[in-house]
Amino acid sequence: MTDRALLATEHLSRNFGGLKAVHDVSLGFHVGQLHAVIGPNGAGKSTFVNLLSGELAPSSGRVMLDGVDVSLMSAHARVHRGIARSFQRTNIFKDLTALENVRLAAQAVAPGGVFRRAATVGALVDTAQAALKRAGLAWAGTFIAGTLSHGAQRQLEIAMTLATAPKVLLLDEPLAGMGQEEGERIAALLKSLAADHAVLLIEHDMDFVFKVADVMTVLVEGMVIASGKPADVRANADVQRAYLGEH
Amino acid sequence: MTSTTRLLPKTTSGWALLAALFVALLLLPQVSSLYTVELVTTAMIAAMFALSLQLLTGATGLVSLGHGALYGLAAYIVYFLSPEGNAAPMWLTLPLAMLAAAAAALAMGALSLRTKGFFFLMVTLAFGQMIYFVFHDTKIGGGTDGAYLAKPLLSAFGQTLDLPRRQRPLGPYYVALVQLSLMYLGLAWLLSTLFGRVLEGIRANEHRMSAIGFDTYRYKLAAFVIAGALAGAAGHMWSMHRGFVNPEIVSWHKSAEGLLMILLGGLGSLAGPIVGALAFTALGEVAQLITERKLLVEGLVILAVVLILPKGITGIGWRSPGLAKPGEQPPADTVNGVSDPARREMSTHD
Repeated sequence: MTDRALLATEHLSRNFGGLKAVHDVSLGFHVGQLHAVIGPNGAGKSTFVNLLSGELAPSSGRVMLDGVDVSLMSAHARVHRGIARSFQRTNIFKDLTALENVRLAAQAVAPGGVFRRAATVGALVDTAQAALKRAGLAWAGTFIAGTLSHGAQRQLEIAMTLATAPKVLLLDEPLAGMGQEEGERIAALLKSLAADHAVLLIEHDMDFVFKVADVMTVLVEGMVIASGKPADVRANADVQRAYLGEH
Repeated sequence: MTSTTRLLPKTTSGWALLAALFVALLLLPQVSSLYTVELVTTAMIAAMFALSLQLLTGATGLVSLGHGALYGLAAYIVYFLSPEGNAAPMWLTLPLAMLAAAAAALAMGALSLRTKGFFFLMVTLAFGQMIYFVFHDTKIGGGTDGAYLAKPLLSAFGQTLDLPRRQRPLGPYYVALVQLSLMYLGLAWLLSTLFGRVLEGIRANEHRMSAIGFDTYRYKLAAFVIAGALAGAAGHMWSMHRGFVNPEIVSWHKSAEGLLMILLGGLGSLAGPIVGALAFTALGEVAQLITERKLLVEGLVILAVVLILPKGITGIGWRSPGLAKPGEQPPADTVNGVSDPARREMSTHD
């Protein structure tokens, strides 16, 4: 764990009209940490991820990556700087093979001209294969992505983020719609990814979060009400009142 | 393990069919009347235009109503360079016509590609109509009446190809055939490059493409300019064949016609626009024989074709038995591969 956070937000806010979707959030994400952000529906979790990934620009505050202000950088430019994200709703190329899905992601950050015949660029395929393997999908390369099981499609989402050689992984509910067994597999995968990435995990499932997270932050109505070790957060009175108590 | 390019023939017999079409067009003037030669020249020019539009429509998923204006603009460039009584060589007119169309496409694309869907359609329409009204409302190109021009000469190194009067239509015919063939092969190559893969990804899911790190705007703009330059080649060919320009060829109807040809021939195939343009021209001829309401017949036939053959003429017989080959399904015995329909439903996509 390094002292300075790889990815940090400074008083980050985003308003939609009068609604403060994210309000004055200052957090740090470190390599080696699985940092879970939880909160009830409408707490601003997805807005927060969109601010980090560049799909939304902040109303005020900054997003710092490795000391560089990336607040106004577009989503695709941030990928080149090492921020990759997955989506809450499966967002893949359903008609392409799993390998081709991941290969496209590898191509996005690969050096070299684009006017080379795709069939001849083996290095991209190698990168893609490695990403598939790490996500536990080594077997799935030749299958059409849309025919994979829901769980495998969620893994494919993660493989696509890995193919861009990211430093930061923003995973928006990677477990959405998964069963118990699949969840266990993803938990192991997330743990292994946290070893060499800064991982931000958005998650609904409290039990799962307490099991895997190294650090957790609770967002309510766009604001951080608690952040720290899972055990401390669990004991926090505000959290119990605002969030856990509802369950 | 390399996947095939979606818009190109998947089988050797598909390529063989294309080669057969080329040979048939190559030999056609030997057996047909000059009238047919001229008609097929017109069809091949339409095919070039529709083919250039397919790079946007079928490959990238962009429906532009301004494409016809780029075509018409290039035709007018030939008029400026090669006015009546003062013919210019083709090696000069073709590159300049393509360059002008590409420059206009750059301006049109730079603005319109900032919008999406319906708004993109409207901005390209407005931009195209602006070019149309320049030629319609000013005298620079003969106004609404149009103007005659000198057909560009097939000349090089001081030698000009001069055919006897009877064979004169053969010049543009073969020039159009060569250009159309080169355009097809060029686009086939382009689509099989990494660049082509990006366009394909944008068509399928642009949001995801930018999320994995592609500056999709730049790729779309590049495609828009390339398509514009190719539409310029088609517009140049129009002037070379007809020796006449009028604002009709700049109007948005031209774009709509190109889209209809693509729809008729097949949105999912690079050969679709060529087949569609040939079929569309043949349809027009037949319709003219049986009725004075040519457009009505054309419309009805296209409607019927689109309803019966949603993949167009080139889509016929493509559906192999069973949508996926046996090995393409995940193995049922792996835990990973277990597909639960109920869960699948939860992941309904945009």
